[in-house]
Amino acid sequence: MTYDLVVIGGGPAGVAGALTAARAGLRVALVDSGARLGGQYFRHSAVPGAEPGLGRFLRQGRALGERADVLLRHQAWSAAREPDGTLVVHCVTRSSSAPGGGAGERTVAVRARRLLIATGAYDRPLPFPGWDLPGVLTAGGAQALLKGSGVVAGRRIVVSGTGPFLLPVACGLAGAGARVLGVFEAGVGLGLVRQPLLALDKAGEAVRYAVGLARHRVPYRTRQAVVAAHGEREVEAVTVARLDKAWNVLATRVVECDTVAAGYGFVPQIELGTQLGCETRHDVDGSPVLSVDAAQRTTVPGVWAAGEPTGVGGWRLSELEGRIAGLAIVAGHGTAPRTAPAPSTDAAAGPRGDLTTARAPAPGGDPAAAAGRPGEQEMPGEPEVPGELEMPGELEMPGEPGEPGVPVVPGVLVRRRARWRAFGEALQRAYPVEPGWQGWLRDDTLVCRCEEVPLARVREAQDLGATDARSVKLLARPGMGWCQGRICGYAVSCLAGEPPRPPRRPIAQPVTLGALSESGEASDRAPADDPPPHPNPRRSS
Amino acid sequence: MSDVIVVGAGVVGAACAYYAARAGLDVTVIDRGPVAGGTTGSGEGNVLVSDKEPGPELELAVLSNRLWRSLAERHGGNGGFEFEAKGGLVVAETPEVQERLADLAAEQAAKHDVEHTLVPAGSLRDYEPHLAGDLAGGVHYPQDAQVQPMLAAAALLGHGARSYGRGTLRLRLGAAVTGFTRSSGRVTGVRTTQGDVRGGAVINAAGTWGGEVAALAGADLPILPRRGFILVTEPLPEPLIRHKVYTAAYVTNVASDSAGLETSAVVEGTPAGTVLIGASRERVGFDRTTSVPVLARLAGQAVALFPALREVRAIRSYCGFRPYCPDHLPVIGADPRVPGLYHACGHEGAGIGLAPATGHLLAQLVAGQEPDLDLSPFRPGRFSEEDQ
Ligand SMILES: Cc1cc2nc3c(=O)[nH]c(=O)nc-3n(C[C@H](O)[C@H](O)[C@H](O)COP(=O)(O)OP(=O)(O)OC[C@H]3O[C@@H](n4cnc5c(N)ncnc54)[C@H](O)[C@@H]3O)c2cc1C
Ligand SMILES: Cc1cc2nc3c(=O)[nH]c(=O)nc-3n(C[C@H](O)[C@H](O)[C@H](O)COP(=O)(O)OP(=O)(O)OC[C@H]3O[C@@H](n4cnc5c(N)ncnc54)[C@H](O)[C@@H]3O)c2cc1C
Repeated sequence: MTYDLVVIGGGPAGVAGALTAARAGLRVALVDSGARLGGQYFRHSAVPGAEPGLGRFLRQGRALGERADVLLRHQAWSAAREPDGTLVVHCVTRSSSAPGGGAGERTVAVRARRLLIATGAYDRPLPFPGWDLPGVLTAGGAQALLKGSGVVAGRRIVVSGTGPFLLPVACGLAGAGARVLGVFEAGVGLGLVRQPLLALDKAGEAVRYAVGLARHRVPYRTRQAVVAAHGEREVEAVTVARLDKAWNVLATRVVECDTVAAGYGFVPQIELGTQLGCETRHDVDGSPVLSVDAAQRTTVPGVWAAGEPTGVGGWRLSELEGRIAGLAIVAGHGTAPRTAPAPSTDAAAGPRGDLTTARAPAPGGDPAAAAGRPGEQEMPGEPEVPGELEMPGELEMPGEPGEPGVPVVPGVLVRRRARWRAFGEALQRAYPVEPGWQGWLRDDTLVCRCEEVPLARVREAQDLGATDARSVKLLARPGMGWCQGRICGYAVSCLAGEPPRPPRRPIAQPVTLGALSESGEASDRAPADDPPPHPNPRRSS
Repeated sequence: MSDVIVVGAGVVGAACAYYAARAGLDVTVIDRGPVAGGTTGSGEGNVLVSDKEPGPELELAVLSNRLWRSLAERHGGNGGFEFEAKGGLVVAETPEVQERLADLAAEQAAKHDVEHTLVPAGSLRDYEPHLAGDLAGGVHYPQDAQVQPMLAAAALLGHGARSYGRGTLRLRLGAAVTGFTRSSGRVTGVRTTQGDVRGGAVINAAGTWGGEVAALAGADLPILPRRGFILVTEPLPEPLIRHKVYTAAYVTNVASDSAGLETSAVVEGTPAGTVLIGASRERVGFDRTTSVPVLARLAGQAVALFPALREVRAIRSYCGFRPYCPDHLPVIGADPRVPGLYHACGHEGAGIGLAPATGHLLAQLVAGQEPDLDLSPFRPGRFSEEDQ
């Protein structure tokens, strides 16, 4: 069967997009590799019960389950277009209860006319001596520990890195009974107030976390970071350094602990988009993200993206984008997917650079605002449950490309998104990764843990003529292992002196050869016939 | 000013530079990207004599095989590029195919001294314990070997600079060649995005882009891309596969003129513990879009050869564009139309294997010596009408 829409990712973006489309009557499938919906934030609730938006997310998830096929434990490893234009998402699943399931993996192909990529982001780690010791986790990895309480209680944890998302992690860990010995923010820390946009709403949350940290007596130190971990078989202590502006080490001290949670921002997960040929751009922090227009359309016809693959800005932005994508998909439903690529986003071209949807609101008499709820406050606030807000009659069909100002999406959502996006970009600007971390490394510090590549080998590759990250990888193997450079890719780019490039991962997730060999079957009509086996190469033709 | 400018820092350009330096020439290697950033960085490292029909290419391959071995010996045993004389095993699905494989091997031996051993079905597992049980036999080629192509290119450039060049093998990376400088018809150097570079001769080793570089000098060279996908598995704790193992169908695919997809499993282990599964062949221009049917087919063929691979995970895949000429032979020699310009490109799916012989013969030519092999089958002018 061919769905109207397949959504990859069951975080706030994917669920909002899927639910919006399903409520409008589209046949929708959502795939997620996790055992539950929720994504990075709602699946590993950092402050159980107290998470803003969690209750609402859970309601959305339940509503989605009634209206769409939710395929959990389905890991998408490829997104492709078949010769007839159908989009197909290849997944592997291990669920043995499914029909045909046995011991091994199965591959499942989900076909649809439209695709929404909502695959989120993952933590961006930086290497440091000892980061390969058991007990060193990413911030997200530490958050995942919270699921099983008791795993955390009694641990002595140090949180280090940069960015405001360290705070909920630390609060969650402390709340679950861990001793959080400190949050070491390599940057300037709670400089939120210095960013006017950030002061708006987010400050409320920041204050909440500051209170939480104070209650648990968790010290919060800026311009400090864990620059080395020590231990025989696992972490026993870390070196915490005071840093200068460029993150060079000024002074150090040793802190005994058994766990380190470190995170230096996020890497948007975009390889399913790049597999399909979607254009990318560099976000403020240098991360490659998928280019989308005001309707969240990528440059590939029939393919939308929402949430962190288009730029990191917190769960509210993700949810809004998912919802906007859902509305746009609904509005375009019934019309054939456009064959010409959508205009790519040019940050300078105005709000998301698209003419077919609402433009920037003119104060006062904004035509697009009519589509939203009158009197709706425009500041970033709690978005509503998708579908609650708009009456179907308020949606209009998209105009032809070039025909300005026909709103697909209520202007109020567009404006909110602009606010949250500005907020996300301001965060990225406020917490940059400074180059001094490279000085934390020693020659024998592993840069790539999968392939056990030390810094010295990276430098050797550069001496051999590797002038970019790809050739460093080819000559020294960082990024060739199990994680395909997800963990070390950013660091290797920095060491090679270039911004990270969009990933080339034709196989987005590991898949057994057995399962892979079965993936071709349904679409085997495409390839040409094999010539008959014939060992003698001197052919008559 | 250098004696020789080599355009392209792939394995072929590196070999040309190495042998030119070894012959006492001053060399400058220019590449628009890094070392091994072209097809050399997206192929496999098979150094094969088994897959070629008797003729000029096999002659080149046999010479090159010998040169790879001596390069490895000369530079520390594995050459700094993971040289492994692991041998190849070609397997046949049916007795008829086995018979024809045997005929081919006999002919390769008679004409080119290629060594082989016929392997009856019952002995296949002495060579490869995990092979499928339903095969009809095979042929073992002890000369087949393997190198790590990217390291090979880098190491040849390094050895060339350190061992022979007295500092005269220079590398200019990040400079794209945009044209040629000439004086009274003769090439005197190249124009690049980083300024002009002067040299007594220019070797075009631009691989799949060799046609574009030739065109900058006004010479027509019909070199086109032939796409290939490779699957890479997770590293295995124990080596599962000892030789490079492929089916007889591979041999026909290599020589095929079909534009459509052809796949035949070539399966081998690497020192890193991964298993490489190649290789598909398609003419689809420079299209990088992943083709799931192609990957599925490669996986299926590998599992058919080695059932134990079924539960092994593929963790990545990559594709590259082999530089091919209409007659499937490389272009090696002086361009009669452009004095001072030499070509060393178009090696299709054998450029790694053929690189040392190409570099060695071309260095002889540029240094004014008689090449060890007759280069006329590879002459650059062979595609033009005057040549017919
Ligand atoms: C440690 C940490 C703390 C954070 N704290 C906060 C906070 O306090 N406030 C805040 O606003 N944000 C926070 N965030 C960011 C938050 O995670 C995101 O804002 C939010 O989850 C993004 O939603 P999303 O829908 O875009 O992506 P996600 O929630 O990440 O959802 C993506 C989903 O896609 C699935 N997926 C990805 N690839 C595949 C695939 N190939 N196949 C199948 N499924 C796939 C994933 O399993 C995941 O469920 C934090 C993040 C981290 C890591
Ligand atoms: C999937 C696959 C598997 C393969 N397996 C094998 C195998 O097992 N064994 C084997 O022998 N061969 C194999 N090959 C073929 C082999 O990879 C190629 O024949 C070989 O790499 C060609 O090397 P090269 O140096 O000629 O070209 P390249 O490595 O492509 O080098 C050409 C260089 O020229 C540079 N260049 C181009 N234009 C310009 C310009 N204008 N200015 C400056 N620089 C320029 C490029 O940047 C590039 O670095 C395989 C190929 C593929 C795709």
